[in-house]
Amino acid sequence: MARYILFLHERPEAFARFSPAEMARIIGEYRAWAQSLRTRNALAGGEKLADDPGRVMRAKGSDVVVADGPYAESRELVGGYFIVIADSYDAAAALARDCPHLRYGGAIELRAIHELA
Amino acid sequence: MTTDPAAAAVAELFRRESGRITAWLLRRYGAGRYAMVEDAVQDALVAALRAWRIGGVPVEASAWLHASARNAMVDRLRRAARIERHASALRLGEVVAVVPDDTVPGQAEPLADDLLMLLFVCAHPALEASTRITLMARSVCGFTVAEIASAFHDKPAAVAQRLVRAKAKLTAIDARFEWPEGVALSERRDSVLAAIHLMFTTGHRPIGGDQLVDATLCAEALRLAELVAADARTRSPEAHALAALIALHHARHSARLTRDGMAVSLADQDRMLWDRSVLARGFLHLERAIGGERLSRWHLEAEIAALHAAAPSIEATDWHAIVRAYDDLLALTKSPAVRLNRAIALAWRAGARAGLAELKGLAADWRSGDRGPLDAAFAELHEQLGEREAAEAFWARALEAATNAAERRYLARRLAAARSVAVATGST
Repeated sequence: MARYILFLHERPEAFARFSPAEMARIIGEYRAWAQSLRTRNALAGGEKLADDPGRVMRAKGSDVVVADGPYAESRELVGGYFIVIADSYDAAAALARDCPHLRYGGAIELRAIHELA
Repeated sequence: MTTDPAAAAVAELFRRESGRITAWLLRRYGAGRYAMVEDAVQDALVAALRAWRIGGVPVEASAWLHASARNAMVDRLRRAARIERHASALRLGEVVAVVPDDTVPGQAEPLADDLLMLLFVCAHPALEASTRITLMARSVCGFTVAEIASAFHDKPAAVAQRLVRAKAKLTAIDARFEWPEGVALSERRDSVLAAIHLMFTTGHRPIGGDQLVDATLCAEALRLAELVAADARTRSPEAHALAALIALHHARHSARLTRDGMAVSLADQDRMLWDRSVLARGFLHLERAIGGERLSRWHLEAEIAALHAAAPSIEATDWHAIVRAYDDLLALTKSPAVRLNRAIALAWRAGARAGLAELKGLAADWRSGDRGPLDAAFAELHEQLGEREAAEAFWARALEAATNAAERRYLARRLAAARSVAVATGST
């Protein structure tokens, strides 16, 4: 078994057109998806990331330069992540396939966490 | 709507909170910024969607939404000021200066004051009557444009446009929350109460519309009427009479429809389903409605509703008192609908024959284009008298006139029942 991280790429304004009732329903869909993983012990966590651009830090000579992250200018960002547990990329992809995120214009970047043990 | 109970709870939270937050922000930033406030509230809901779908609904959901909306509002004000900076003198200074750094209210605080003020802004004399209630439903109650359109049998585009115009108007006159005084206050209260009443009657229609939206409309109307009736600045006997009227009707709402949305007439309702606590509130308001200088139509309508609510059965109802109340109401309103209801009450008091005689007189003067309710009343009374052919003919006419699908279903069922009785007894 290995852990896989699902980065939720999205455009925040993609959700702006929904009515409050629709938004409540969408929250319910994500929660139901997460719950179905949880009951199979296939969910190891998930968090929302802040909507700021983040920071990128690089060494420049003996200094460290802190700059706005890659999302400063782009309309798309990583809104959050989930960590799932699966025994292969295919199995992880199968779990991610049902995530409602894909139904609402978002993309999922799937990365395996390199387990050292 | 949704069938997921958790999602339904969040939907209800969103609807309710958006009204409270709109009121809260408008009070701080001025009703003239209505459009921006509305955008900020939507921003907060989107933020909630994006955070809660992953992390779950926070315990302090209300405070979370308030804080998020306030941040969105400040962002929007800054952005607007940045744009304006190039065109004219900067206003951000004054904007920020008037923003008090107040704490975010929690769930416990009802914020009644903000909502009440928003209610009175929505009834601004510069707005048309139909616009006031649209604005109220949108801002105070948090209904969506689609829900308002379906409730008032209007096109969503028309509702949206009414809202846009209303906001533009409030901005143009730079409306502020200022309490009107004296005559202006009582006039404004009258139009607030009229709008609440319209909200209630829309939700209380016998059949048709989204049941959930309808029940929520009535519950909201009751909440708003009680808000007006409870506040020292706005309370009046009429406000209590309206709250009584709404409570006494709304208490019966579970008994008014079957599970599959079929209307149940008062005579057939299971009175055990009436909500005793809401009835008690109604009676309390009715008590407090006494003592006004004028007897409003709401006093009389509340009295009629109270007589029904107090009756153990349809037969044991004080129909004498009800007919008397309808007499007074008729003298006050001269409304054909009131006269129709009076005729039905008269039939209970003095028999279907007496009711029919009254209906015939009414039919001769009936000016309204829609004869459906009249035909249905005729059908009902003919049926009670065992005059099946006449009943059948009137049910058929009422069915022909009905446009609403749910209403048609109800009338078709009554017509079919009348026909099958006619066949079973060999009547032709």
